[in-house]
Amino acid sequence: MRIELRVNGSMRAAEARDGESLLSFLREELALPGSKNACEQGECGSCSVMLDGALVCSCLVLAGACAGKSVETVEALSTTETLHPIQQAFLDAGAVQCGFCTPGFIVATNALLATNPEPRDAEIREALSGNICRCTGYGKILEAVHAAARGVR
Amino acid sequence: MDVARDLDGALASLAAVPGADVLNGGTDLMVEINFGRKRPTAVIAIDRVAELRELSKNGTVRVGAGVTFTMLLERDHGSSALREAARTVGSPQIRNAATIGGNVATSSPAGDALPVLAALDAMVHLRSSRGGRVVPFRAFMTGPKKNVRAADELVTAIEWNDAGPAQVFMKVGTRNAMVIAVAGLALVADRVRGRIGVGLGSCGPTILRAPLAEAFAAGLFDEAGWRPFAPSTGACAEFGALIATAARPIDDVRGTAAYRRHVLAVMGARALARVAPIERTA
Repeated sequence: MRIELRVNGSMRAAEARDGESLLSFLREELALPGSKNACEQGECGSCSVMLDGALVCSCLVLAGACAGKSVETVEALSTTETLHPIQQAFLDAGAVQCGFCTPGFIVATNALLATNPEPRDAEIREALSGNICRCTGYGKILEAVHAAARGVR
Repeated sequence: MDVARDLDGALASLAAVPGADVLNGGTDLMVEINFGRKRPTAVIAIDRVAELRELSKNGTVRVGAGVTFTMLLERDHGSSALREAARTVGSPQIRNAATIGGNVATSSPAGDALPVLAALDAMVHLRSSRGGRVVPFRAFMTGPKKNVRAADELVTAIEWNDAGPAQVFMKVGTRNAMVIAVAGLALVADRVRGRIGVGLGSCGPTILRAPLAEAFAAGLFDEAGWRPFAPSTGACAEFGALIATAARPIDDVRGTAAYRRHVLAVMGARALARVAPIERTA
């Protein structure tokens, strides 16, 4: 079925296959590969996007049910030329190694800082508990979020 | 694919295609689809039905089926144990999408809200284009992912008597986030009605009650005149042991039956020690 929805501020229309997830729709139909496909069961958070203002796993959203909704992906945060302060903070802190989980962490961090501009460690851990990183051990990610919080303020 | 705008529309769609898959938060159904375990021929999305997101509290607490775990966590609505259970569900991403109605309709023995609903003696409201009915939660779930919902029915709301602040939910799992419970326990002590409820999750084919443990605890509360009290270590251990005998656990990838009985006894003892001293009005 053909659906039309708002993606990163622009109305986009494309064909959604039966049973296709929003993640697949964004990557395959709209050529937005920033959201990553790993577990397909909501465990890893690599596909995190904002859907009507709420942080969700796009792999667990049925694309066909999204007509008229508003989606923001990691691509909304930066241009080709400039990084978003959260992205820069992740780079500076060494919170990026293989990088596969990073877009999900960036989107989840952005959602956290939007409601809690000065999060404590425990609050960061809880807010990012749905995102899994297999490289960093999370220490540098915590540092990056604190640095981003200082930068965004 | 049908996107329902209101409850009547959703019920009409379900009447037209009984057995259609109902989609709310998608956190259960989409996993089935992504892993090829299900190829739905018809899906009815009910996530835009405003009537299903209503909350009310007036002696009885009513929570619409479309209320998410994030809403339950943030609003602290009508059951502190349910709020504690909501906090252990998945991750922020999952709690933003997953709903209490989905938890009930999926009827997994590991559904985190379900031991609380059992302990609260909650009622499940069902509607179809034929009319509505109300089923006690204890009669709703009949087996793992099995319940009495008919193919054209929708779970619309969950309702229970406000039981006051003496209640708790506990869960054992391998990590804090994104964990399916190895065992879960809810204890509710309704001092006004003089009622004890215990619900056990992940310890049998359905959510179990623990009648012997409930009767034992009711005796302790009776002795204390249903006023706050500090139970003895021995009484807490006895309560935990009675809870363990109510379980019908299996060995599986998440834990052995023996371990499940053990943690239920530990959680039961802690739950009683925590709940008995809670004041009538918190």
